[in-house]
Amino acid sequence: MIELSIILILMIIGAVVAMEIDDLLSSIIALGAVGIGLTLEFLLLRAPDLAITQLVVEILSLIILIRATIEVNKPLAQAVSLQKKIMHLAYFCFAIIFVALFIRFSYLAIRQLPDFGNPIMKMGGQYAEQALKKTGATNIVSAIILDFRGYDTLGEATILFTSVIGVISVLRLSGRKR
Amino acid sequence: MILYILCFILFAIGIYCLLVKKNLVKKIVGLGIAEYAVNLFFILLGYRNGGEAPILDKTRVIANFVDPLPQALILTSIVIGLGVTALMVAIVVRLYEKYKTFDIDEIRRLKG
Amino acid sequence: MKEENGMSLIVKRITRITVSLIFLFGVYIVLHGHLTPGGGFAGGVIIALSFIHLVLAFGKDEAMNKLNESIASIIESIGGLMFWGVALLGLLGGYFFLNILPKGEPFRLFSSGAIILYNIAIFLKVGAGLFSIFIAMAIFRMPAGDNTQEPKKR
Repeated sequence: MIELSIILILMIIGAVVAMEIDDLLSSIIALGAVGIGLTLEFLLLRAPDLAITQLVVEILSLIILIRATIEVNKPLAQAVSLQKKIMHLAYFCFAIIFVALFIRFSYLAIRQLPDFGNPIMKMGGQYAEQALKKTGATNIVSAIILDFRGYDTLGEATILFTSVIGVISVLRLSGRKR
Repeated sequence: MILYILCFILFAIGIYCLLVKKNLVKKIVGLGIAEYAVNLFFILLGYRNGGEAPILDKTRVIANFVDPLPQALILTSIVIGLGVTALMVAIVVRLYEKYKTFDIDEIRRLKG
Repeated sequence: MKEENGMSLIVKRITRITVSLIFLFGVYIVLHGHLTPGGGFAGGVIIALSFIHLVLAFGKDEAMNKLNESIASIIESIGGLMFWGVALLGLLGGYFFLNILPKGEPFRLFSSGAIILYNIAIFLKVGAGLFSIFIAMAIFRMPAGDNTQEPKKR
């Protein structure tokens, strides 16, 4: 599928732009571009549920990320000492070696996967055949997340609840005694 | 096959950005890129050539579907990613208000 | 600190019209979650986005006089309890999470038993929770200066 590869290459270019650019607001907008590319990929891979959810979640996470860049002053350029430069170079070499090893081993692992386009559908095939009889829903993905695998949805609701509690308790500060 | 390799390159870019950059907001951007790559990889595994979206219709009752099980798992994962990003941004906002900088070298120096 | 009065007049006029349309679209996606793609998660995020649109366009002082953030936490708790309640209802039939409400004929709105109730519970929880996250980030802000004072609310 040639259009999947083209959109993936555009996403990689967007990710490199988001990583290297200095201004924080521009880098967050480049991250939004990568997310919309992912929405197009989900549509081309025949997953409409995921495309709707990814688009609206991307918009909301852009709004939340932009909050982090409000009222930020640009830091003054300081003189960087020689020791800091050597340590930064050491981090950089370590990261390059790690990434190269990762890509090498992942290439060895990818060769064991089945070819693209012929999946092994052991459980998915059975869910797709029995969804209408057992639940009466016609959207098979909804029938899976709310009837066949309801525990996962319960755990996910708990995670969202915990993150709301975490955000409110981190951003609130009761007055300290002087 | 080439699609899997490009997906892993996207993940490696995200991890590299998380390791090397010194700005806290850039680290959150790197983690977001790695999350996109993982979600894409699962859905690439479940695609069938010439398959249809897993929604029953009046015209076709059982047809040639793509795998619906990875789609159900990744739907949950996308919303969890949003919750984790919101919590990270809240902590970074509080750190900026206290230390007035995003640089982790400075924050590590000025403790307390 | 500079008072924020929201955006310009054109944005405020258009917002009055589009917010109700976005709300209606979100409710449609939730209620038809078992027939067409969508479901509770996407619909909940769309509802939260419609309320955030109101706050962004009108400025936080004016919009927070009309909306109430304590109602958001009550609605989120009701959503969570409703999810547990419908799941425990399955214990009457056999095991946890059993879908025991009657299933009508397919392709109608009330087929598929308890799935529509699960969708409504998830929609309440996700919508109210994400709105609370946004309000917490937009309103709690420490004043410039020393940081041993209480944060200024509103």
